Amino acid sequence: MNSRIKKLRDQSINTKPFISIERAHLLTKFYKSSESKKVSNPVKRALAFKYIMENKSICINEGELIVGERGPSPRATPTYPEINTHSLKDLDILNSREKTAYSVSSEIKEAYKNDIIPFWRGQSIRDRIFDEVSDEWKDAYEAGIFTEFMEQRAPGHTVLDNKIYKKGFMDFKEDIRNSMDSLDFLNDPEAYQKKQELKAMDIAADAIMILAKRYSEKAAELAEKETNKKRKQELRKISETCARVPARAPRSFWEALQHYWFVHLGVITELNGWDSFNPGRLDQHLYPFYKQQLDEGSLTKQNAAELLEAFWIKFNNQPAPPKVGVTAEESGTYTDFALINIGGVKTDGTDGVNELSYLILDVIKEMRILQPSSMVQISKKGPDSFLESALKIIKTGFGQPSIFNTDAIIQELLRQGKSIEDARDGGASGCVETGAFGKENYTLTGYFNMPKVLEITLHNGYDPRTQKKIGLETGDPTEFSDFQDLVDAFRKQLNHFIDIKIEGNNIIERLYSEYIPAPFLSILTSDCIQNGKDYHEGGARYNTTYIQGVGLGTMTDCFTSIKYNVFDKKTITMKKLLQALDTNFKGEENLRQRLIHKTPKYGNDDDYADDNLKTIFDIYYEAVNGRPNTKGGKYRINLLPTTVHIYFGRVTGATPNGRKASVPLSEGISPTQGADTQGPTAVLKSASKIDHLKTGGTLLNQKFNPQLFDDEGISKLVKLIRSYFSMDAHHVQINVVSADTLRKAQKNPEEYKNLIVRVAGYSDYFCDLNKDLQNEIISRTEHREI
Amino acid sequence: MTKGLIFDIKKYAIHDGPGIRTTVFLKGCPLRCWWCHNPEGQSPQKELFYNAEKCLAGCTDCIAACPNQAITRDSTGISIDKSKCRMKEDCAGACPTGALKVIGQEISADELMKEIEKDRIFYQNSSGGVTFSGGEPLMQINFLDAVLEKCKSQYLHTVVDTCGYAPFEDFEKIMDKVDLFLYDLKTMDEEEHLKSTGVSNQLVLDNLKKLGKSAREIHVRIPLIPGFNDSLENAQKTAQFIRNIPGINRINLLPYHRAGTQKYLNLKRTPKDISPLSEDKIKRLQKIYETYDFSVKIGG
Repeated sequence: MNSRIKKLRDQSINTKPFISIERAHLLTKFYKSSESKKVSNPVKRALAFKYIMENKSICINEGELIVGERGPSPRATPTYPEINTHSLKDLDILNSREKTAYSVSSEIKEAYKNDIIPFWRGQSIRDRIFDEVSDEWKDAYEAGIFTEFMEQRAPGHTVLDNKIYKKGFMDFKEDIRNSMDSLDFLNDPEAYQKKQELKAMDIAADAIMILAKRYSEKAAELAEKETNKKRKQELRKISETCARVPARAPRSFWEALQHYWFVHLGVITELNGWDSFNPGRLDQHLYPFYKQQLDEGSLTKQNAAELLEAFWIKFNNQPAPPKVGVTAEESGTYTDFALINIGGVKTDGTDGVNELSYLILDVIKEMRILQPSSMVQISKKGPDSFLESALKIIKTGFGQPSIFNTDAIIQELLRQGKSIEDARDGGASGCVETGAFGKENYTLTGYFNMPKVLEITLHNGYDPRTQKKIGLETGDPTEFSDFQDLVDAFRKQLNHFIDIKIEGNNIIERLYSEYIPAPFLSILTSDCIQNGKDYHEGGARYNTTYIQGVGLGTMTDCFTSIKYNVFDKKTITMKKLLQALDTNFKGEENLRQRLIHKTPKYGNDDDYADDNLKTIFDIYYEAVNGRPNTKGGKYRINLLPTTVHIYFGRVTGATPNGRKASVPLSEGISPTQGADTQGPTAVLKSASKIDHLKTGGTLLNQKFNPQLFDDEGISKLVKLIRSYFSMDAHHVQINVVSADTLRKAQKNPEEYKNLIVRVAGYSDYFCDLNKDLQNEIISRTEHREI
Repeated sequence: MTKGLIFDIKKYAIHDGPGIRTTVFLKGCPLRCWWCHNPEGQSPQKELFYNAEKCLAGCTDCIAACPNQAITRDSTGISIDKSKCRMKEDCAGACPTGALKVIGQEISADELMKEIEKDRIFYQNSSGGVTFSGGEPLMQINFLDAVLEKCKSQYLHTVVDTCGYAPFEDFEKIMDKVDLFLYDLKTMDEEEHLKSTGVSNQLVLDNLKKLGKSAREIHVRIPLIPGFNDSLENAQKTAQFIRNIPGINRINLLPYHRAGTQKYLNLKRTPKDISPLSEDKIKRLQKIYETYDFSVKIGG
């Protein structure tokens, strides 16, 4: 990277995230104005958005090529009091907590105390949610059965398609006008509401163009004062670019990136939607500009890389909006999950990998920053060399890019009723979530703790931690005559809690639709304009609501343990097992060890265990899939945890697989930490036994030692991944393990049983090696890392 | 139906032949190389393997389970009185952590095929297959032959990793079912060979000459053991010997490593502790083989 990019990157990395009061201040000022009282809710939201765009500070950083900050300067993070009004205590916690802290100045606390909190208290979405949901919902939430995504952040989870590269906001305004003109006030009872929504979209389109105009003027002003000739030129160019986009469609690579960036800023300023926002299939969208300019000679590969790097830094400058409480537990990170998709297939189904795909991989490798996240879409039509290039970056041990199966994504979308073209244009966002980019509102609503449901089942409806009866009485487990009795009880209990979750979701969806329409996001999501409906109201072409299952590995091992030890081998009675769980295995270490070491486990390609995986998957799938949401769409499942398996573990007592109370659950669809002892092929085989195509995404984590990544090792990894994908799997993420991790593995071998290392001409399990050899490999690993 | 005795099945084996493979380790070996990194594969009998690090403090489950009172415990862990042990295996069954386990599993060809076929999709995608190693797989020739037969009827690629010490008729018996032999050569010096492995190298060298005429493919594997076969002179002699055998163009040099040390301790045997060869020495040996036009790879 050149010195300009290095400087900008350093600034981004070295600035601690801090809270900016600007947005909260402007929003509150507008909401207090008399103008806001005269209009409908959609129009009020649009006018508030416009007011912010007219008055927020403009920031052009030194040396920047792509411009625009959400806050007054890089790493500033606004608050969204209309969603969650932080209390003074929240602000103190944000300022002082050990992980993911945000600096909060005393002026901000003052402003919150005197202005923000008094105005918003009671009317924020978070307050409304806790007012409206049932006591049952609250009990289950407090027990840790599920989390609620929308209590602090708005529904988002959405990604853009290529529409903005063909249209500017002047064009969108025309579309809005056409839609308005075709409203039928004689026959359509919703015509008035639609008109309000379309009016709101029109205002929101103006708002983003106002912001761009202000940037254009600011750049021109800076150009006037600039004494360095080269920079003066650049600032003029920035000014021209911002005068062009996003009002009209981009004509060049640079304009295309700046165009997207304004759109991104608009979406993340309008609301704090989950997973920020995301350009999606960036190599596909930008390729026409790249190719044309390269052919014309008006762009070089180096120029393009520099612009992309400048663009990358803009993402890293915007940390995730601050989260507190359970929401911070389930997603404790500054990362805001903008996941750039590279590769895949084109709309016509042909291979989508192009020169720009490889250039973007180079950029990812060079930038090595948290945001944006990146992934490669591997289709059966794509070249091995593309996957190899991705693995060479993964080898450097930074966890990016993650690897996805395009062919599975397409089939998942088709199963949900998307057209083949929309499916091919789709991908994965956030962590692993499948979506029809630019055309779908797919909202993740919260994590669901399956092992906790088992704990409640084993206590006949009672939660030992909160000491409340929160579930159904599904029977005293000591009286179950066979394993099927337990399965049936668990199914009933799970359905009970899913019902509670869905009832809550359906209230929350309406609250957003009523109080917090998102007209700007609606412009960008097909077919909100044509339908005259908001994104939160079901305006999108597709509307999907997800509940994310967590702890599948732990849960499978629990079922397997009970089946094996209590019913099949009869090594222990149910009563004795339950006593051991209730005392957290106190005085029962031998039993606990037998449950861990002498009981079949998921992740070893052993059908005895994996059949239970299928049973649990089916129970969860049947409970959720196909149920109606309030937006004309359906509920679906996916299986991912972000960081919630730690929190869910903390609220779940000891489990029949030998796990002690409070220990983290398994994550994604990965086996329980350390339970997989037969190597990666066995894990992949086990994980492929669930029907990935019935989900909207599964997450599998695999750890490898860097030494497996020599040239021959990489070509075998390519085949390993291709094999997993040929079994219709969705995703795999490869962790290349550092010396530091190896040291931890040495201390806690139980958690690292499946760690494979290259020894000397052959590979072996790290924990099976003696200490000296381990030490030798650790020193070698460090050497290699230098 | 012949049953075999195996001591491990390793999946995602990526250094035992082409592609992604499953390696089956057959128990029993006619050689007793002191550097062997799979000492648990040497005896053709089942054995008890005890890992003190995994043993639960204060646990007496194995002692209680033993019908012959062969086990006692002190502060360092358990001891097994071999004169009393009748290998009933109850102790290993009772051990909650797997610290005490039986090495050696009797398995039928069909049962083994079931395991092998589990990873078929990986073999298919990577042009991989199955490798039989050990121990010395030819020591259980009838079982090996039966499994190879089944592999071939399933169109699986097969590799046999051998020390070469077996009647040539045994090689002839399986030759048509083996796509690749990984053939170990230790040293050209007969006396050294006898001293360090317990057998003469004559049969090994003769078999390789014969096998060279008819086997599909052979890769020669040479362990590099400090102070035993790491002289430049031995490398010259070995290279000259192999050069006269048709069809061998690839040599793997396998530098000695300490991976087996813990296993010796777990078998209550004493490992020899020597330092691995220097990178420099390995390179020099590699160069010698390369001057004879062999393609040489360090490692499997």
